[in-house]
Amino acid sequence: MKLFEYEAKNILTKYGIPTPNGGLATNASQAHEIATKLKPPFVVKAQVLVAGRGKAGGILFADSIADVEKATEKLLSMQIKGIPVRNVWIEEKVQIKKELYFGITTDRFNQSYVAIASTIGGMEIEEVAAEAPEKIIKFLINPQHGFRSFHARHIARKMGYAGSQLSELGRIFERLYCVGMDYDAELIEMNPLVETVDGKFVAADARIIIDDNALFRHQEYKKRLLEGESELSPQEIEAMKNDLAYVKLEGDIGVIGNGAGLVMATLDTIQYYGGKPANFLDVGGGAPAEKIATALKIVLSDPNVKALFINILGGITRCDEVARGILEAEEKIGATKPMVIRLVGTNEAEGKRILTEAGIHVLESMEEAAQRAVEISRHGGK
Amino acid sequence: MEANKKLGIIIGKNTRAIVHGITGTQGSFHTQLMLEYGTKIVAGVTPGKGGTQVQGIPVYDTVEEAKEKHSANASIIFVPAPFATDSALEALENGIKTIVIITEHIPIKDAVNVMAYAKDVNATIIGPNTPGIITPGESKLGIMPAHIFKPGNIGMVSRSGTLTYEIAAGLTRKNLGQSTCLGLGGDPITGLNFIDALEMFEKDPQTKAIVLIGEIGGNLEELAAEYITKNKYPKPVVAFIAGRSAPPGKRMGHAGAIVMGKAGTAESKIEKFKNAGVKVAEKPNDVPELLAKLVSA
Repeated sequence: MKLFEYEAKNILTKYGIPTPNGGLATNASQAHEIATKLKPPFVVKAQVLVAGRGKAGGILFADSIADVEKATEKLLSMQIKGIPVRNVWIEEKVQIKKELYFGITTDRFNQSYVAIASTIGGMEIEEVAAEAPEKIIKFLINPQHGFRSFHARHIARKMGYAGSQLSELGRIFERLYCVGMDYDAELIEMNPLVETVDGKFVAADARIIIDDNALFRHQEYKKRLLEGESELSPQEIEAMKNDLAYVKLEGDIGVIGNGAGLVMATLDTIQYYGGKPANFLDVGGGAPAEKIATALKIVLSDPNVKALFINILGGITRCDEVARGILEAEEKIGATKPMVIRLVGTNEAEGKRILTEAGIHVLESMEEAAQRAVEISRHGGK
Repeated sequence: MEANKKLGIIIGKNTRAIVHGITGTQGSFHTQLMLEYGTKIVAGVTPGKGGTQVQGIPVYDTVEEAKEKHSANASIIFVPAPFATDSALEALENGIKTIVIITEHIPIKDAVNVMAYAKDVNATIIGPNTPGIITPGESKLGIMPAHIFKPGNIGMVSRSGTLTYEIAAGLTRKNLGQSTCLGLGGDPITGLNFIDALEMFEKDPQTKAIVLIGEIGGNLEELAAEYITKNKYPKPVVAFIAGRSAPPGKRMGHAGAIVMGKAGTAESKIEKFKNAGVKVAEKPNDVPELLAKLVSA
C-alpha cells in the first residue's frame, strides 16, 4: 500500500526527521490559512500516488499567498494520469545546496533489508544506478542486529560528510530505518533528502510503501485504503474486500483464473494472440462457488469488457465448484458477455457436465481458449 | 536401482515430516494426500490440540515433543500468516533442517527474520507461499496435485503454483517425467532461490535438464542467468517468464510479482536468459517442445 506524501512526511516528522513546514488543503481557503502560517516562497504539491507527478504538472511554485490559492485551485481541478487530485500539500520551499538520496528496501537475494544512499538525489534511484553506479552506496542490513547508528554514520562518511553534519545525517538515516521497521515498509525513501544552503538536512519528498501482507498490523491505513482514499478502482476495492487479487488493465478481455502465475501467463497468451486483457483476477486456491460468482461480478462490472476468459487448472480448486459459481453468477447478473471457459484438473468431469448441461461449452487447452477469446473480442463481443 | 538411492533433491525416503497446523482444513486434507503419496508424515503440531489424532497421525502441542518422539527431520507449515513465523522459528529452534512454508501473506519483516535464523543454523527453507516440493513417485511435501507428475529426468523450479502444474502436465503428456519439482514461492523474500536449485540439480545425477519458471519482480532470474554463464552450467535449461504483459507498478497477485520502475521486467529476464544460452519459451505450452529437442539432441 502506497502512502501519500503528506502521510509519509507526517510520520517522518513524528520520528524527528526534519521535513519542510507544511499543511494539507482540500480547497483554496484552507490553502490560504496554511500559507499564512508558513514562510514564502511556497511549493504546492498534488497528493496523488502515481509516479511522474512533477513532470505531469502536479508540483507548482508560489511566491505569495494569492499564488498559493491559485495553484491550489488549478491542481484540484486537474487529473494526473487519470487520477483526480483531491488534496494538495503546501510547504515552505527548501533552499537547496545539494540533493541526496536515502532509502531502505528489500534485497531478495540476500533475504534481507538493504539501505541505499547516493549523493545524487531527486531522480529515480534506478536511473542513478544505471547511469552512475559508482554513486550508489548499498549497505546490507543484518536482520539480527538491525541498522545501528554507527552503520548510519559509516554511510554518511562514505557520502563525504564529517563532523556535525555526519552525526545529523546518521541520526536521520537511523530514524528512517525505525520508521521503516515500525510501519512494515517494503520501501521507504527520502528523495530528495536536501542539504540546505545553511548546511542542514531536510526530507523534501518522502515515499513509504507498506507491505500489503502486514496491513493487519496497520489497521488505520487498511481502513483508509478500503474506504476509497486511494488509487484503487472500485473493482479493485471490491476485490480486496472479497480476498481476490484484481488489477485493472486497459484492454477488453476479462480474465479470471486460479493462481497468480497462471493468470499472468493467461494475460501473456492473450497478448501473444493479439488481444488485450481488461484485468488480472486471481481467485486463489480452493475458491468456493460464491467466490467465483463474486469474481465474475467484479470483472463484468468493467464496461470495457467484451468477452470473458475463465482459465482454471484445478489443484486445490475444484472444477465443479467453479462451474456452480459461473452458473450462480449468470443467474444473478445475467449472461451479459460471451464467455470462454477452460476447465481442467480436480473434478473436471463433474464441472464440465454442469456447464455443458447449461449449454456452456468448455475447452481443455489454454491456448485454444485464449485464441477463441481474442477472436470474440475482435468481433465486438459477438 | 539401489534401494537406498535418493532420487531428486532435498526430500526423499528418509524425510520424516511434522505437519504444523495439522488440525486445520488444509493441513488435515493435505496430510491425507501426502500420506497416500507415500510421504512419511510422522506427527502433527497444533498448540492446544495435543493428544488428539488427525488421519491417524498423533498431534502434539509443541514441536519439541513431536520431534523427540518421532525423530522428525522436516516440517511443513499450514499455519495462518499471523502465526506462521512463530511456527517456523519453533521448528528451527528445535533443530528441524528442512522446512516448507505453504502459508501465504506472511509479512516481509517476519520472513526476513525466519531466513536470518535459518542461515544461522544452516537449515533449508522452501517458501513461503509455495506449493512445496515433489519428487514424483517417491515423496511430496506440498499441496500439488500429484497425478500430473511422473518420475523422470527433468528438474523443475518455479516461483508459482498452478502455472507450474500447467507446465508439468504438459511435460508429462510429452512423456518428459520429472526428477523433482520445487516451488520457491511467490513472495519477495523466500528461502531457496533459483541459484540454489540450479546447484542442487547440477549435483543430482537423476536430473538431466531443468525447467525454470520465473515471473516479473526482483532480480533472482537475472542472477540465475549470470550464474549459468559464469559457471558454464553443464545441464540444459529451458525458461518461461510470466508477466510479459504486466504494467509497471501493479502487483500481479503474488506479493513478489511487481515491476518497479525499470526493475524486474519480463524483458530484462528474458534477455539475460537468452544471453546465457537458455531457451526461453514464449508460451507455457512451448516448454515441453523446446525441452524435448534439447534432451534428445
